[in-house]
Parts: sequence; C-alpha cells; structure tokens
Amino acid sequence: MNEIAIIIETVIKAVVVLAVVAGMAAFATFIERKVLAYMQRRLGPMNVGPHGILQLAADGIKLFTKEDIIPQNAVKPIFKIAPVIAPATAFTAMAAIPFFPEFTVFGYTVTPIISDINVGVLFIMGVASVGMYAPLLAGMSSTNKWALLGAARTVIALLSFEVVSGLALLAPLMLIGSLSLIDINDFQNGGFSSWLVWQQPLAFLLFAIAGFAETNRTPFDLIEYEAEIVSGYATDYSGMRWGLFFIGEYANMITVAFLVSIIFLGGYNPFWIIPGAIMILIKISAFIFLFLWVRAAWPHVRPDQMMWLCWKVLMPLALVNILITGIVLI
Amino acid sequence: MDSHFEKKFKDLYKIDENGIYILEQTFLKAAIKCLKEEDNFHFLADITAIDYYKYNKPMPSRFAVVYLLRDTEFKNLIKLKVFVEEEDGDLHVESISDLFFSANWAEREVWDQYGIKFLNHPNLKRVLNHKEFDGHPLRKDYPITKGQLCTKTDDLMDEMIPRLEQKGYKSHDDLMFLNLGPAHPASHGTIRTFVALDGENIISAVSEIGYLHRGFEKSCENHTYNQIIPYTDRLNYCSAILNNTAFAHTVEGMLNVTVPERAQFIRVIIGELSRIIDHLVCLAAGLVDMGALTNYWYLYNPREAVYDLLSKLTGARLTNSYMRIGGVAHDFYDGFENDLQDCIKSIEKGMGDALSLVEHNRIFHDRTQNIGVINAQDAINKGFTGPNLRASGVAYDLRKTNPYYFYESFDFDIAVGSVGDVYDRLMVRFEEIRQSIRIIKQAMKVLPGGEIVVNDRAISFPKKEDVYNNIEGLMNQFKLVYEGVKVPKGEFYRAIEAGNGELGFFIVSDGSGTPYKLKVRPPCFPAMSALPDLLEGGMVADSVLSLGSLNIVAGELDR
Amino acid sequence: MSLELILASSIIFVLAITIPILFVLSKKLGPNSQGNKQKNLSYESGVTNPIGGSDSRFSVKFYLVAILFVLFDVEIIFMFPWAVNVRELGFFGLAEMFSFMILLIAGLIYVYRIKALKWQ
Repeated sequence: MNEIAIIIETVIKAVVVLAVVAGMAAFATFIERKVLAYMQRRLGPMNVGPHGILQLAADGIKLFTKEDIIPQNAVKPIFKIAPVIAPATAFTAMAAIPFFPEFTVFGYTVTPIISDINVGVLFIMGVASVGMYAPLLAGMSSTNKWALLGAARTVIALLSFEVVSGLALLAPLMLIGSLSLIDINDFQNGGFSSWLVWQQPLAFLLFAIAGFAETNRTPFDLIEYEAEIVSGYATDYSGMRWGLFFIGEYANMITVAFLVSIIFLGGYNPFWIIPGAIMILIKISAFIFLFLWVRAAWPHVRPDQMMWLCWKVLMPLALVNILITGIVLI
Repeated sequence: MDSHFEKKFKDLYKIDENGIYILEQTFLKAAIKCLKEEDNFHFLADITAIDYYKYNKPMPSRFAVVYLLRDTEFKNLIKLKVFVEEEDGDLHVESISDLFFSANWAEREVWDQYGIKFLNHPNLKRVLNHKEFDGHPLRKDYPITKGQLCTKTDDLMDEMIPRLEQKGYKSHDDLMFLNLGPAHPASHGTIRTFVALDGENIISAVSEIGYLHRGFEKSCENHTYNQIIPYTDRLNYCSAILNNTAFAHTVEGMLNVTVPERAQFIRVIIGELSRIIDHLVCLAAGLVDMGALTNYWYLYNPREAVYDLLSKLTGARLTNSYMRIGGVAHDFYDGFENDLQDCIKSIEKGMGDALSLVEHNRIFHDRTQNIGVINAQDAINKGFTGPNLRASGVAYDLRKTNPYYFYESFDFDIAVGSVGDVYDRLMVRFEEIRQSIRIIKQAMKVLPGGEIVVNDRAISFPKKEDVYNNIEGLMNQFKLVYEGVKVPKGEFYRAIEAGNGELGFFIVSDGSGTPYKLKVRPPCFPAMSALPDLLEGGMVADSVLSLGSLNIVAGELDR
Repeated sequence: MSLELILASSIIFVLAITIPILFVLSKKLGPNSQGNKQKNLSYESGVTNPIGGSDSRFSVKFYLVAILFVLFDVEIIFMFPWAVNVRELGFFGLAEMFSFMILLIAGLIYVYRIKALKWQ
C-alpha cells in the first residue's frame, strides 16, 4: 500500500516538474527574446497576442507541424535517438533538485523534490554529463562536417568545464559535509550572511562560469554559433527534433540556475519577510537574467581561448581554492 | 614626366591622344618591371582589355590590354596599353603576376572575359564565369542574349592541392575539407571559401567568386550613359550613392565638364553619408560575426535613419540612382538640414554605444588583434585600397592624394592603423565615420546656392515644364533619352574614394551615347584575391572575422 | 529509502524519455518529402559535390581533450567522498588529499609542458 502511494506521489511530482520545467523553458525563450530586444533598442515579438505573448504558442505550433528532414546519408537510428537524449537527461537531472520548501496540502506534507537522493549533487552532475551524448551522437550521425565540428566543440567544451564545475563544487561541499541538496540548503538557513557565496566567492565564480559554458551561453556559445559553424551539431535537424535540443538546452539553463541558487545563494530559505518559494524564484530569475545580460553585452570567445581559460586559469584556481578551504577548515 | 621608364624606353613607346602609353608586347614586362622597381609604381590598380572588333576607328589589332599603375605617393597614375596580335590562333601576353600579386586575379578576369592568355600565369582559370562556361562574354561578337546552363560546382581541388603541397602536405587524408559558403551565414553575400582544416586550424584556403556575376559590364555596353546609373547602384549596394558618383564623375571627365558647385557639395555630403552607412554595415556585420549581437542594432538603427533621409531625398532606400551625368537628380528638400542633423546625432550616439561595448572588452581584443594580419608592403602589392590599406598603415586616400569636389578645402584626417589586423580594420572604419561627419558638417556650412546640373542641353535633361510645354524641351528630352549623352571618343580612367577604397571606372567611348567598353575597378576584388593568405594559419572562427573586416560586397565583387 | 529512490528515478527516467518521443511523433503533422533526394542531401553551404565526407579522419586535438577529461574527472570523483568527510578525517586526511592533489597538479603541468592544450 505504502509503495503504491509512493509511486502515485512520485508520478504526480514528476509530471508536475516536467510540465512546469518545460513551460518555464518555453517561457524563458520568450523572456530571452524580449529582454534582448529591450537591451538592443527594438521591440522583439509584438504581433502575436498582446506584446507578443502568444508568440510562444505560435512557435510551438510551427515546431510541431514542421517537416522532419532526415538527410539521406545520416546514420538513421542514431540520428533519430540523439535529440531525445538532450531533454531526457536534462529532465532526469531534476529528480534530485529540491525546488521549493516543504508545504502542506490538505494535511498531506509534500516535499517538492522527486527523490531526496543523499548524493544529489553527484547525481545531477552525472546525469547532466550524460546529456553530452546528445550533441555528440547528433553531430556524428549527421554526416555533415559542420555538425561534426560542432559536436567536437560541444564535447570538448562540456568535458573541460565539467572538470572545473566539479572542482569548484568540492570546496563548498567540504564546508557542508553532505552531498544532499536539502542539507546544502539547510546549511544556509542563517539568513543573508550565511549564504555560501560569502564564504566561497571564488567557487561561486568558477561554478557560474562553468555553468555558462555547460549551457552554451555567450561568451561560450561557439558550440553552435551560426556565423561560424552554421548551427553546429543541430545543422541537419528540423522540426521538433531540433526543438528537443532547444528544450534540453533551456532545461539545462534552469537546472544550472537552481543549482547556483541552492548551493551558493541561500536556496529556498526565507529572507526577511519574503517566503522561501518566492525567494528561490527571484534568485533563478536573476541568474537567468544574468545569462541574457551577458549575451547582450559580450562577444564570444574562440574555442582555443575557451580551452585556455578552462585548463590554464579556472582549473588551477579551483585547485587552489580547495587547498585554501582545506587549510582553513582544519 | 621625367622618369627612368621614359629614359630607358625612349623610342619604344608612344603616347596616344588619351595619354596612354602604347608599348610593344615584347617590352611590356620589362617596362612594367622598370616602372615598379625604378619609378616606384608599386600599386597595380587594374588590368583590363579592349575588344576593338566593332570600334569605328581602325586599330593596329583587335585586342588590347590596358594596365593601370599608381606610384607610392598615389598621386600619379600611368596607363599602359599593348595591342595583342593573334599568333597561331591564340592571343597571349606575358603575365606580370610575379611582379604584382593583384595581377593574378586581374589577369584571370581578362582571360575569362576576353580570352587573352597570360603566359607563365600560375593558375589561369575563369574567375567570374562558371568553369563550364563556353566562350568569352565581353568579346563584341558574343551575343548578349545568349544563355548557358552550367550545373556542376567546381571542387577547387586543382588550386587546393598545390597550395597544400607548398605547405608540406603530401597527402591530405588527415585534413577535413570544408566549404565556407556560398550559402553560409557568414559569407557576406555569396562568396565561397574552400578550406582545408586540421581540427579547427585552417591549413590552406582557396576562394571562389562569381556566384553573383550578372554581366554588369556587358549590360553597360548596351545601355546609354544615364541608363547605366541604376546599374551602378547594384555594385556596392551598401553605398549606392558613391557608385553613382564614381560613374558620373568619370563620364563628366570624358565630357570635360565641371559640375556646378552646389552639385559638387551635394555629392560630397550625400557621398560621405553613404560612406558612413557603408562602414556601419561592415562594422555591424563584423561585430555580429563574433557574437556581439547588440552592436548590430546600435549600428543599424542610425543606418536606418540615414536610409530614411535618403529615401526622402532620392525616393529610394538602397538603390538611389541619385546622380545624373552633369549633376544630381534633385536639390535638397526643405528641412533637409534638420533631418541631417538628427541623422548625425543618431550616428554619433549609435557609434558611441557600440564602441563603449567593445572598445575595452578583453574578448573583443583577443578575438581581433593579430588576426588576419597584412603588412603595408603586402597590402599595396595585393592591391588593397581604402580602409583595408589604411589599416595596414598606408595613408592612401584619394580624397587627399587626388582631391576632387573641393576635398582639399575640408579639414579632415586620414585614419591609419598600425598592424593591419582585424582590429585595425574595424577601428579605422570607426574613425572614418567620425571624419566623414566632420566633412559633412563643414560642407553644410559652406554649401553654395545655384544650379544642381550643368546647363548644357547636350548633357542634362531639360526641366519638366519645358518638356511638356514647348517643342524644344520635348526634342531635347527625346534625344537625350533615345540616344544618350554623346561622349567624345576616348579612353578614360577616373576613380573616387568609395567606402571600400578606390572605385574606378575605365570607359572607352566611340563617340555615341553608349559606352563602347566599361570596366569597373571594384575595391574589394583585389582584397578578395588576398583573402586565402589572410586565413591560412588562423582558425575557422577567425576566418569569419577576416572576411567580415575586409568588407567584401558580392555585388561589386562579382559584378 | 533505496526502494523509493529506485522507483522515483526510474519513473522520472521513463517519463523523461517518453515525453520527447511523443513530441517527435508530431512529425506526422508536417509534410513529408523523404523521396526528395536533392532536399535530403547533407548541408555543405550549397556545394553539391563536397570533397570528403564527415567520416574521414578527424583531428587528434579534440580527442586529447577527451582523454584529459577522463584522467582528471576520475580523480575528482575520488575527491568527493573525501570532501564530504573532510572534518572527520582531520589533518591526516587533508595531508593525504593534498599529496594526491600535488600529483594532479604535476599532471596538469606536464600537460602544459607537452603543449597538449595548444591549438595553434
């Protein structure tokens, strides 16, 4: 009986999380277009609905009814599977994220986390890095040189920054002594001054930079920057298959925003009179806004400059950060 | 002129009525070598040919090849001509591509269009027309209506393999061959660059043009002078006014008329405005190529404002056709000055904002500095002009060296770079926008009144009320439209400083209302031929920036 | 706990895969031109007879980064359990991990020295 209850609860939570995250991802694209437009002195989508709000629906309908082109030379089974991997891993990674504080509905206490895994951070990083297979397989199965170059760029970027984000996380984990995201959140419940970002500013910076790289955001968006390699690994994709990469990318963006908010920015702890749920929404919105702001302001780097930054600057810094944290702790 | 060339070849040349030195074929190369090495004529502006098949004056032979050279001061222009005799069914001239890099493509073009072979040319193949094309379209016996269907794309391996071997690549199994264009988001227009990649590094590159070739010069031979003006709009469509001006300026030179002062000032003001939008397009596209998206709108919004002004003045946004032989089409409208002031304000604001985003940005510096470097000597040898040459540190600007339209009376500076990399090319353009604004402000202050076209019924159209109300005006209009402006016989080259550099027209007239031959010297044609050298050793990401910073405009490149 | 975990993970995994697959089914709504050879060519900037396919040999530089990742990331995984228990392990644990990290840094320096990360 108990197991059935758990199953029902999990299914409901999973469906809600998937729906909400997919919706947020879609809405993020709209927000991105609007925010960029205002930063660039133009209007952005305006025609569909008031202030273009229904542009989302229009884009959705367009994506769903577009032709699904599969190049004749492509390795078809892999070509077809690859786009599914991107959102699948991005969504699975969300299993270990506590989105909100606990709340009670009809006398039933809900923990808004699909499963409280005690190695949550590791789980998220692991699953998210499986997502790397999406661009890799897509690029290699397309039999298209742009796609191949794009896949190679994506994979080396993700691999390199995976190392940095892992090292950056180690230092805060040493302070907390747990890998569960709920524990990490509770560690920072002492108000504004207990946010980990004050104790680990360097780790925060490194993790944020790695977050930019892992979600293909400017200045590291060379992975599929169209002026150079057309559309990278997604060059030959069309319709909803392309849409899946897109959803995966934005879902990853939201995951990174949640991770940064929970690990460094005090998570969903209430702040002053603002309840925790609102607080974390503000934080992730602010972080996503940062993504957009950087995109509007900066050019992007070259692949070799990105590698240089990752291996020669960020990685030694991350190691030094761990050493210092260790010495201070003992 | 008292030069080594004239002493050395004293009796071997004669100067014709157009001021062109006519040489024997056998001394041609020696003469050009002497000019280059002893008289410092280091800059080859252009090579073209003339087909005298239907010319109404007897000539020593059917074909002649014309060379235009400039000296290091860029003040003197020397024109050489050789008549090409047919030998065993073949036409050939000694190639000078070992003396001037820019001769390489220029000679290819002559071969392509006229079928004149250049001996010892390293790679004499078609450049504007398709490789399957049959015949030589600019020959007078090639019918203008003849269409040919060419389907197979050139794989370019015939050029790529020697280049790779030069770099020590015996086999090319480890390399990836990639086509950057023609249908690629970063090929500005339809330009194809074929590269051999090792990872992301470009080992070797070859470029192919001609995807937008539409036979501009052949069309011109079949239209009257005033009808050609709309065609010139389509050369560099980013600054149509400057093309109009260059063409009208050349024809006026042949007619030996001086445009009224007011028209000259209008040409300067509108021309500088065109230069600004030309640079704005280049900068916006160049910056967006490196992902600096916002700059695109900051720079394009003022461009839009200028286009609004131009469409108010000329009736068209892009293809203005504003110049007429002997003047301009309309005078400024009431309130033009206020509109111009608003435009300049928005340009200054947009440019300031864009600069504030990139000027001190480390990523921008890392992406652009020491990328696509070309030094001053190479740049001259490769025929660079305009901002691209000035970025390499050569202060060559036709507005200063060979002033026209009172440019000598304006106070402005030539922006010069030092390294000749992408950064310099972009920054020179930013500075030139500032200088152009200075010129416009000065010109507006001293703008004289008066006529806007020469008052000569053989050149300029009569007023509309005359056309509708009296027979003389009607006849004038009819003659001018039907027969065109009668331009005296002669061969003439004149150039102005366009947005991209020296834009020159070489026109041969047989005395009728239609040019017998017209050759345009598009500033980006030589720059494009040098592109592979700029790309090699860089990365794919750099190639896009190098191409963008040269401001290649396919319309004038392919003609 | 563990049962709950397995259940939860598998449920979300199944859902996360099913929903994208359902999305892909929407292609039935759009037009279909699988028979159109010209349209289904691989894209290469509009050139119909490109030299070499994408299955040719590929630059080793990309693989080098992948190998480096394998080396360093595995080591980082070792450090996670240590990081969580760093207080309990005390000074001895710290010293041990520092010696491990010195090896790691030595490896990184070696990688710089052999210019495995230099692309130009």
